[in-house]
Amino acid sequence: MNRSRLRSAVGLLLVAGVALSAAACGSDDGGNAPASDPNAKVTLVINGLPPDTEAVNRKHFLDNVAEFEKLNPNIDIDAKEGKMDPQTFQSKLAGGQLEDVFYVYFTDPASLIAKRQVADISKYLGEFAPTKEIRPDLMKIFSDDGGKVYGLPAKNYSLGLLYNRDLFTQAKLDPNNPPKTWDEVRTAAKAISALGKDYVGYGDYSKNNTGGWHFTAGMYSLGGDVAVNEGGTWKAAFNNEKGTQVLQQLKDMRWTDNSMGQRQLLEWADLLQMMGSGKLGMYMAAPDNIETIVNQFKGDFNKYGLGPIPNGTATLAGGEGYMFNAKATPEKIRAGLKWLTFWWDNPDRIATEYEWAASQKTPVGLPEPALWTGDAKAKQQAAIDKLKNLPVENYKPFADATANIPLKVEPPNAQQIYAVLDVPMQKVLTDKNADIAKLLKDAETQVNGILASVK
Amino acid sequence: MAVATAGRPAGFRSRLSRKIQDNLMAYAFMAGGIACFAFFSWYPLVRGVILSFQQINFVTDPYWVGTDNFTAIFKDPLFVTAWKNTLIFTGIALIFGFLVPLALSILINEMRHLKGFFRVAVYLPVMLPPIVGVLLFRYFYDPGFGLFNTILRGVGLPESQWTQSSKTAMISLVLVSTWANLGGATLMYLAALQSIPGDLYEAAELDGASAWRRLRHVTLPQLRFIMLVLLLLQIIATMQVFIEPYQLTGTSNPDTVTVMVLIYRYAFTVNQDFGMAAAMSVLLFVVLGIFSAIYLRVTRDRD
Repeated sequence: MNRSRLRSAVGLLLVAGVALSAAACGSDDGGNAPASDPNAKVTLVINGLPPDTEAVNRKHFLDNVAEFEKLNPNIDIDAKEGKMDPQTFQSKLAGGQLEDVFYVYFTDPASLIAKRQVADISKYLGEFAPTKEIRPDLMKIFSDDGGKVYGLPAKNYSLGLLYNRDLFTQAKLDPNNPPKTWDEVRTAAKAISALGKDYVGYGDYSKNNTGGWHFTAGMYSLGGDVAVNEGGTWKAAFNNEKGTQVLQQLKDMRWTDNSMGQRQLLEWADLLQMMGSGKLGMYMAAPDNIETIVNQFKGDFNKYGLGPIPNGTATLAGGEGYMFNAKATPEKIRAGLKWLTFWWDNPDRIATEYEWAASQKTPVGLPEPALWTGDAKAKQQAAIDKLKNLPVENYKPFADATANIPLKVEPPNAQQIYAVLDVPMQKVLTDKNADIAKLLKDAETQVNGILASVK
Repeated sequence: MAVATAGRPAGFRSRLSRKIQDNLMAYAFMAGGIACFAFFSWYPLVRGVILSFQQINFVTDPYWVGTDNFTAIFKDPLFVTAWKNTLIFTGIALIFGFLVPLALSILINEMRHLKGFFRVAVYLPVMLPPIVGVLLFRYFYDPGFGLFNTILRGVGLPESQWTQSSKTAMISLVLVSTWANLGGATLMYLAALQSIPGDLYEAAELDGASAWRRLRHVTLPQLRFIMLVLLLLQIIATMQVFIEPYQLTGTSNPDTVTVMVLIYRYAFTVNQDFGMAAAMSVLLFVVLGIFSAIYLRVTRDRD
């Protein structure tokens, strides 16, 4: 039964072996970016192409590719499906199948940079003006400590409280005034789960790293931290009152109030599906979840509201972007930067994109933190004001608060830390007698072990 | 004399070439098999062992790190947990997966009617892709709407949290694994049961042995060898448990993290470090190798 799993692992090792014997690499050590012939023919392999099931988005992507190729006759784009999948990333890299420009989540760059699996693009950025307008805190995610840059952000999000307005109304809560503190969340969750046996007032994650992710968001909301840098060394920073508060809140809601449902060990899609089924009151989410709930889980745009992250001292920000294959030639890096600054990282294209979205009846106006600073930021806001097509008043509580809630990026080695922090989340949600102090202490020991390797 | 000595090697050569010619087909078939084994089993195995002493990023050349990968996994607090969980799983899985098929096969063997039906019914789960079986149980185990709790509620028994609770998570995984895999063992026992000579039972009956004594003194001794073989095979198979914890309880759940889950975490999710994954795989290989050696020894003695 598990033998097939072992065999595929062995196969993978084999691929790795074959690739290794043929591996070769090059690097540059100069002051300026290496020159390349601007008219040379380049084939640029990229990913992020939407699958056939998303016909409209796929066509749009390919239309953009066609437009770009027309503007750049010497660049031929070979677009592949797929985003960042850690399970296949290493084998693609080993087998020489990794795209020249590939999609990553904000949690990926740090470890890819540390493993030297991505190309340094710092020297090329001067040739691409729009990159100067990208928010410095987002650029930092794609940089190493020395300030070298290895990729560009394409989208970002921050977490808030996604809630079902209909259930708020049914539970005699004000749908235009979502909970602003964790105490209010607890009260509202009790009211919603009182609607009936199948209703879950508040949902949360605890499986496959999503639990640790939400624990981190909880810590940030209270003004806490998961890891802090003290004099150049990273240390775990959650074994304290705030960490206890995050877990105690969940434990009380799960066992004292019984407002979190019986089914736990949930992972990413579970809460979206529950929200789509109309039985879940609230959960912590990024605004883009609304679109997925509507498209994949039969939800309805008018039903959902977005509130700010409870307590709102700070909120976790994540997102996605693109990085460059370590073996990419100067021609390919330039072509890749041309492509990124033609579409995602191009303030002049924001309005065009929103016009297209509006024409397709896909959402314009979901409150997302801007990628931009200065003039570019103003351009984006003007385009949203002109083209919004969503019940944006439902997201007003979130949008109003966002301006005043500082964004906080994820800790270093985020996925490893999240895997450790899944455990306390799992325990408080599945064990009535979970010992919070011990859970935090054990997790702290492990996270410090992980952070010891962070430079 | 000289003729004779000159003739002997010629005779030997012709015998040898005839032998080769006679067996050419066999060698050709064997070469295919050996090439497949070499390419898909032995070479990756050797590469895996080498990889466990290296740091690799698939971009630059791998470099040797001595036993760093092993040191790193020994330091991992989950290392002991994973081995402990794997042994617990294997232990419980053996109690269930070893005794249940034996009991089932004896029952089916004693049946007068419907023997064929039960043989097929027992084997059906084996034909399901493992992931399908596991996902089916995910629904069965759901504490709110799941089939099991619905039945328990219906008959007024207390409900269980199944995979959700530390106390019952492991046993829940064993149940899935046993259900999915008992078909093969049951059929093997059945075949062995049917090869037991009938006159042994007749003699026992003439001596006035009860059914229990017939089972103890005729059936079980006759099955001893097949039981030992299956025991070893099951140890080797259950120690590689992966799909059940991966799907039902997640890869970050300390109650059910097994050795294979830890290898998966090292390679693909948490560490993305193939060196550590290879080091852990080498350790598992050594442990399973010991059981395989015992298995080979046992079966060789029999031959």
